[in-house]
Amino acid sequence: MRYINRFPVKGRFNGFGGQSVPETLMPALEELEKAYLTLKDDPKFKRELDYYLREYVGRPTPLYFAARLSERVGMKVYLKREDLAFGGAHKINNTLGQALLAKYMGKTRVIAETGAGQHGVATATAAAMLGLKCDVYMGTVDMERQRLNVFRMRLLGARVIPVKSGSCTLKDAINEALRDWTTNVRTTHYLLGSVVGPHPYPMIVRDFQRVVGRETRKQILKVEKRLPDVIVACVGGGSNAIGIFYDFLDDPVELFGIEAGGKGLKTGKHAAPLCAGSVGVLHGSRSYVMQDKFGQILPTHSISAGLDYPGVGPEHALLKVHGRVHYDSVTDKEAIVAFKLLSETEGILPALEPAHAIAYLKKMPRKFRGRLVVVNLSGRGDKDVEVAAEAMGVKM
Amino acid sequence: MSRLAAKFKELRRKREGALIAFVTAGDPKPAMTQKIVETLSKHADIIELGIPFSDPIADGPTIQGATDRALKAGTTPETVREIIKKIRRRSEVPLVVLTYYNIVFKSGVDDFVRRFAAAGMDGIIIPDLPVEEAGKVLKATKKHGVDLIFLVAPTTTPKRLKRICKVSSGFIYVVSLLGVTGAREKLSDLVRPLIARVRKASRVPVAVGFGISKPEHVATVIKSKADGAIVGSAFIDFIAKNLNNERKMLQELDRFGKALKLATKISR
Repeated sequence: MRYINRFPVKGRFNGFGGQSVPETLMPALEELEKAYLTLKDDPKFKRELDYYLREYVGRPTPLYFAARLSERVGMKVYLKREDLAFGGAHKINNTLGQALLAKYMGKTRVIAETGAGQHGVATATAAAMLGLKCDVYMGTVDMERQRLNVFRMRLLGARVIPVKSGSCTLKDAINEALRDWTTNVRTTHYLLGSVVGPHPYPMIVRDFQRVVGRETRKQILKVEKRLPDVIVACVGGGSNAIGIFYDFLDDPVELFGIEAGGKGLKTGKHAAPLCAGSVGVLHGSRSYVMQDKFGQILPTHSISAGLDYPGVGPEHALLKVHGRVHYDSVTDKEAIVAFKLLSETEGILPALEPAHAIAYLKKMPRKFRGRLVVVNLSGRGDKDVEVAAEAMGVKM
Repeated sequence: MSRLAAKFKELRRKREGALIAFVTAGDPKPAMTQKIVETLSKHADIIELGIPFSDPIADGPTIQGATDRALKAGTTPETVREIIKKIRRRSEVPLVVLTYYNIVFKSGVDDFVRRFAAAGMDGIIIPDLPVEEAGKVLKATKKHGVDLIFLVAPTTTPKRLKRICKVSSGFIYVVSLLGVTGAREKLSDLVRPLIARVRKASRVPVAVGFGISKPEHVATVIKSKADGAIVGSAFIDFIAKNLNNERKMLQELDRFGKALKLATKISR
């Protein structure tokens, strides 16, 4: 049976997903779903979004053949250059779509959570361009390691609200954004940044990110006259991965989602719920989460703030159970090695998130040697220079 | 008749509203909870005990603080079940458990409800379990004779309200405002019309919570024809203020509980 467009059914990806949120938010989710389903096929909305994606974001982003990297890893590697999307990451595809949706819905304010700051920056960007008020919740630990993005958001006119609860990272920023939304639900749209959270978010964010895979398909068919053998993407919440995977789900293409192995899965200090977690309910949906035997959510660790999250999108949970996508992990150290590798072989500084996907090229099963591979290079690495320097023991 | 239903019936006869007191179990440490509950139940008609969850999205800073203290003190769902057993040995006060869905889900829904019911739990509130997601929990609560208490918010549409009323038992939890738990200066304007709406839609008792933190708030919601008022954060403030002075903590909880209970006796 075909997979594309089959899910969600009644807000669910088979047993995953759903809407475990306080009653106050339920009507807002119903309203959002209704508005989205109407607008997504509305010619005016589509035209406007396409216009912004082309003229403002600079889409389509290139699919670049990385010759020197290919030589080093023994595969023919193309990079989908989402790092060249305006703002420096794939996040803008979703924030523009949702901000426009919010505007059509008559909302005057958007709120967002952010880990690495990329989603926060992308939300602030779209909000500034469309004239919406914007508040971004960010854990204090992340504010420290992503100072550059904090300042960028402020320059874009957004208010960055420090979150000091729990582990002071992305998960807590989502908690705080949900609390804000509960309070201001009538005027505010919660612009969630990944394919996580309650229905309809996993569907909406996926649909806005599908442009990545749709373009990749066209581009690779044009240059290689065939589909790739393999696609690799990093997985935190999982939006860039779903985005590039989705239009290939019904094709004979091997898909790899790479989670943050942190200091190693055995140490417990990682952010790899699909590889080492269990099924639970977090932030409104049922999926794989990192939790203890009582259901308390566990602290996570990753060198990459954007992957440092104890949950993952419910559709990834389904794709894992289905066996359609292989999920694996790479450690902080491997990601740093890949960060250097791509910089030195191609002159491209990747964000630490897709550095995980690049790192996996060296760990891929032998049978993929010489094959045609696409990596979703979901963001650029300028924001990570400080963190990378520290990890390499370099004082700046 | 369930303990909750019997309590509301008794209070209706006495023309009083119910005072429902919430605290997080294990705050500031598990060994204190029984004493706190015994103090509160001198005045409160129903006790609501929170099982701490790491990510309480419906709660404001006060209950988040209580949750952090309880978790740091090593409180687990098992600890709370033991506490409930101990309370039940000495008291017939109706006990309602409040926790987030992942705690129930991870234990196994039927198993959780069965074991807590056996310990002495009369009702359960799961703030992140809307009626659409409640199938399994409803089945378990029915099977084990526990009331499942749903929340109704100012944003709840008439269609949803009907659906919620249909499956609610024990009482219906009216969320007085748009937002999270926590003491507020003033009572929200949204509360009176919402009580009236729920009253009209159901015969199940109606209790109002979120932001109810003063005797005058309690009096107003009871006068507005609610059957009960739920106070949580305002009690927890007294716990948080007296972490190193157990005697004073219990004294202040006692005094505040007494004042709140008095406010429920204003004739309707």
